[in-house]
Amino acid sequence: MGYEQNLVCFNTLDSKESWSLATYEQHDGYETWRKILAGKLTPEQIISEVKASGLRGRGGAGFPTGLKWSFMPRDVAGQKYLVCNSDESEPGTCHDRDILRYNPHSLIEGMAIAAYAMGATIAYNYIRGEFLDEPVPRFDAAVKEAYEAGLLGKNIQRSGIDFDLHTFVGAGAYICGEETALLESLEGKQGRPRFKPPFPAHFGLYGKPTTINNTQSLASVPAIMRQGAAWFAGLGPDGSGGTALFSVSGHIEKPGNYELPMGIAFKDLLNDICGGVLGGRRLKAVIPGGSSCKVLPAEIIMECTMDYNALQEAGSSFGTGAVIVMDETTCMVRVLRRIARFYMAESCGQCTPCREGTGWLYRMLTRIVEGRGEEADLQILVDVAGKIEGHTICALGDAAAWPVQSFLDHFYDEFAYMVRNDGRSIVDVAAEAAA
Amino acid sequence: MTATNDDIVNIEIDGKLVEARKGQMIIEVTDSIGVYVPRFCYHEKLSIAANCRMCLVEVEKSPKPMPACATPVVEGMKLFTKSPHAIAAQKATMEFLLINHPLDCPICDQGGECELQDLAMGFGRDISRYNDRKRVIKDQNIGPLVSTDMTRCIHCTRCVRFGEEIQGNPQLGMTGRGEYAKITTYVEQNIDHELSANIIDLCPVGALNNKPYRYSARAWEMEQRATISPHDCVGTNLYAHVLRGTVKRIVPRENESINETWISDRDRFSYEAIYNPDRLLSARIKENGKWRDIGWEDALSEAADVLRAATSEKIGFIASPAATVEESHLLARLAWHLQTANIDHRLGRRDISDQDNDPLYETLGCGIDELENQGAILVAGSNIRAEAPIIAHRLRKASLRGGAISFANAEKYEYLFDVADYLSGAGLVKMLAGIAVAAAGGESLPDSVEALCAGVEADDAQRRIAASLQDADDALVLLGNIAGRHAAYAAVRALGAAIAQLTRAKFGNITEGPNAAGASLAGVLPHRERGGKARDDAGKGVAEMLDSSLDVVVLVNVEPDADIHATTDAVAKLAQQKYVVALTPFVSDALLEVADLLLPIGTFAENSGTYINVAGTWQSFSGVANPVGESRPCWKVLRVLGNLIDAEGFDYVTSADVIEDFKSRLGDFDHSIAYQAAGKFAKPGTADAPGDEIDIALYSVDALVRRATALQLTLSAQRAKAGDIA
Repeated sequence: MGYEQNLVCFNTLDSKESWSLATYEQHDGYETWRKILAGKLTPEQIISEVKASGLRGRGGAGFPTGLKWSFMPRDVAGQKYLVCNSDESEPGTCHDRDILRYNPHSLIEGMAIAAYAMGATIAYNYIRGEFLDEPVPRFDAAVKEAYEAGLLGKNIQRSGIDFDLHTFVGAGAYICGEETALLESLEGKQGRPRFKPPFPAHFGLYGKPTTINNTQSLASVPAIMRQGAAWFAGLGPDGSGGTALFSVSGHIEKPGNYELPMGIAFKDLLNDICGGVLGGRRLKAVIPGGSSCKVLPAEIIMECTMDYNALQEAGSSFGTGAVIVMDETTCMVRVLRRIARFYMAESCGQCTPCREGTGWLYRMLTRIVEGRGEEADLQILVDVAGKIEGHTICALGDAAAWPVQSFLDHFYDEFAYMVRNDGRSIVDVAAEAAA
Repeated sequence: MTATNDDIVNIEIDGKLVEARKGQMIIEVTDSIGVYVPRFCYHEKLSIAANCRMCLVEVEKSPKPMPACATPVVEGMKLFTKSPHAIAAQKATMEFLLINHPLDCPICDQGGECELQDLAMGFGRDISRYNDRKRVIKDQNIGPLVSTDMTRCIHCTRCVRFGEEIQGNPQLGMTGRGEYAKITTYVEQNIDHELSANIIDLCPVGALNNKPYRYSARAWEMEQRATISPHDCVGTNLYAHVLRGTVKRIVPRENESINETWISDRDRFSYEAIYNPDRLLSARIKENGKWRDIGWEDALSEAADVLRAATSEKIGFIASPAATVEESHLLARLAWHLQTANIDHRLGRRDISDQDNDPLYETLGCGIDELENQGAILVAGSNIRAEAPIIAHRLRKASLRGGAISFANAEKYEYLFDVADYLSGAGLVKMLAGIAVAAAGGESLPDSVEALCAGVEADDAQRRIAASLQDADDALVLLGNIAGRHAAYAAVRALGAAIAQLTRAKFGNITEGPNAAGASLAGVLPHRERGGKARDDAGKGVAEMLDSSLDVVVLVNVEPDADIHATTDAVAKLAQQKYVVALTPFVSDALLEVADLLLPIGTFAENSGTYINVAGTWQSFSGVANPVGESRPCWKVLRVLGNLIDAEGFDYVTSADVIEDFKSRLGDFDHSIAYQAAGKFAKPGTADAPGDEIDIALYSVDALVRRATALQLTLSAQRAKAGDIA
């Protein structure tokens, strides 16, 4: 117990109209941006502060944000871009939506600071199409407020600094969350990832140097600048500075978004914050960071802390912080089939292993669930997943492979039982026995 | 290589030390040293897609296999193309490619020459592990040239990139996502471009195939024989695929300096005309207005009799610029023997008033492959995409490299690149005079065009064009076929040359037919002998011959209703002549009307000989197909005719003997004969009225193309029939 909540991205949440400029400014919002406009902060200072904070990309890959910013060519003339990735599509993840809804100004200020640090004067916030009803208008209203307050635009407050921020609404493709597919989509093309190199820092939006950061990463920046890198780094354990937004879903008493310090023990998150497993049932497994991460069985996750290093050592990853909780009544075969269907449907189709392999995985799993599976299929499942992993242009191939590998690794018996028993789930057997 | 040390990196491929240029992709280096890495999406003429994942290789210190096509080499890189890790990755890709492929090789035209089939032999499993339902894609009709079996598609997107990058108008694209991604036209439509069928060769599988050829032969039972395209001045290199003496299809023969790996659709599909029902299968003679077949012996002695009986100055030879150098040489020698100078190949040239100043033969002014390096090009009087598709493609490349490509032509045609300026709507002389005035910039104009430019003021576009030619290091002024057929060609040419002179640009022509250069050099001209030597007494050109009443006119591969533009009413005028002998592969109503004797000659496919292209390149070829009917190669017919009229030295055995004889008689000829402006040209008046231009549609340029069934079904041919040539 005793975890402090809502320290960074949700710091306005307790106030009325937490999304308004007034509320944000009451919480010392735009303090850093005004400092920059007054000429009191250099890009180098900002980048070194963000580096020191230990902030890592919250979009899933966990790449150090400050380091990413330092890749942008510094002394090159010409347009540079900052792009915020609000195409929050990872299954289980729904916290960026709440930043857009409840604290949009933290993102706007974060983007302004980041753009200034990298010499970008134009930024786009790429928001997923499904957010059209509430998050998009809320964010747009905040941008308008900021413009009207003279915080954005050309030669802002006669500082000589230009910063224009535009909203772009996607059309609802998971793959557009991959940063280069996002750029393609932003350029008006089909959302298909580009092969790298060249990386966006050298050849990004419209061929110009571009950095793409996740919503939560950018929204964390004002707090880092306000309260210092040391404070932020100290919130979490080594290698995992700051707070995380956990989207906790599944068999849980109190599902929701929680902003908590990095490194919280999973069992505290489960029991103290989220009220325990639904109906007091037993925990079976957790996917700790969105459906692309490897699943961890209860006995492993219960010993884990929720941070980058601990989850990696446990055999999974922090991902997006989307914690999917599954209790003892869950049939792991059916869950995997549902996950496999998602990756089949969301594959962009351009490169061979993913286009062909994701459908193959789904069809085999469907056969198994429908009672037409064979024991040999289980080996082929792992083999096919292995042949997708690491062979594709973007990480969607890996994301499709890892659940298959980990589900079969940890729950092989459930799969084996099903193929031997014509599609009957071991979970159903247990339920009948209990009845 | 002139690379400095900084540009060189040392890498190791399969244990072998190799030097490579910095920034080269792995696959370029492996290809250059003969190490084969399997690939589908990679093509050296197209951008990198890296989507097939077949070329994955192992790179030291990289946990993942890397695509050789998209991974640049760096100093010290160690890579393995055949390590267990690399082979496993390649085999994995092959397994994925095959799961949804129909494996219908026995009924697929691509079978036997299929990249997927070949690589499956090396990297595929004997038995598929995939037991689920395969994907099926509904086929689309994309026109008369390319057949589609899209279920076979492996999504390499070569065809898509070809449309975007080479054609310049993307007509195919990949729609849908994941397993449902498919290659399709965005809306149901035909592909429509003069180079469109190259996607047949690009497609590594049997998804896009040759429609007219469909199901008519197997790759392994045909012979591949080299030949040269007879349709334009480019001299595109081709292979004919021949089954028991019959041409089944035509494919590109790579020649980087001419056609790269591309051929135009008419080069590919004109072969259909070889077997058109219009072919003249035996010699025919008209007696009392009725035609009857006769044997070769009778036909040739009839022709010889007619020629012998005629008065020398009343004999005329009108030859196609598609006649080979050998045939042109024999014709010129026949004419010499018969003591007539009435001989010409310039079927389209209306204005020969300044012919004494013609160059030795017309050329492009630079190599075909140098076109793309020009900083500025002015193309005047041309529908270049129809006249020479390969040259149009090079112009597009020049534009993509930043060259300023401008056009001056009364009619406005569509170009699939950024045209710097397009002057249109006025007569060519008028438009060029403006550019010449701009190029002079107030200084004095060459004498030849002074009168043409008197009182002319340049507009902004004309000034921009002049400036672009002036500013570029390499610039070119090019006159097209429409200019060549202009009623005031002398004035057009004087202006073109003046612009080139004033802007220090090169000056060149797009010529008609595949061998205008060879015909000129051989002396198939009324005013010049072999090697460009002026005749003492000039004979008659095409128009003059038809306007006179001659005893005999010999037509060589000429269809008077469609090929002659030097004068109007060619058919009626020919019908007035006393006797017309036509050497022709085809019968037509017009020929039946005007001719008295028809001698069947072979098409390019049944002939051997030499063409000199517009860059001055000599290219010899052998016959690739068996003669159709009683037809014989034209040069043989001319040779026997020479024997029969007792012309000396006509004892050639092969066409190679003819070309050797030509070369030795040519000896040291005067290479320096170039266009020299002489005299002053007056303003041409109505001869320069817009609307007077003669343009020939893409699929009407010659007798073969006009009879190629599939080409005549294309949208382009249909538009032309409806009166819209562009």
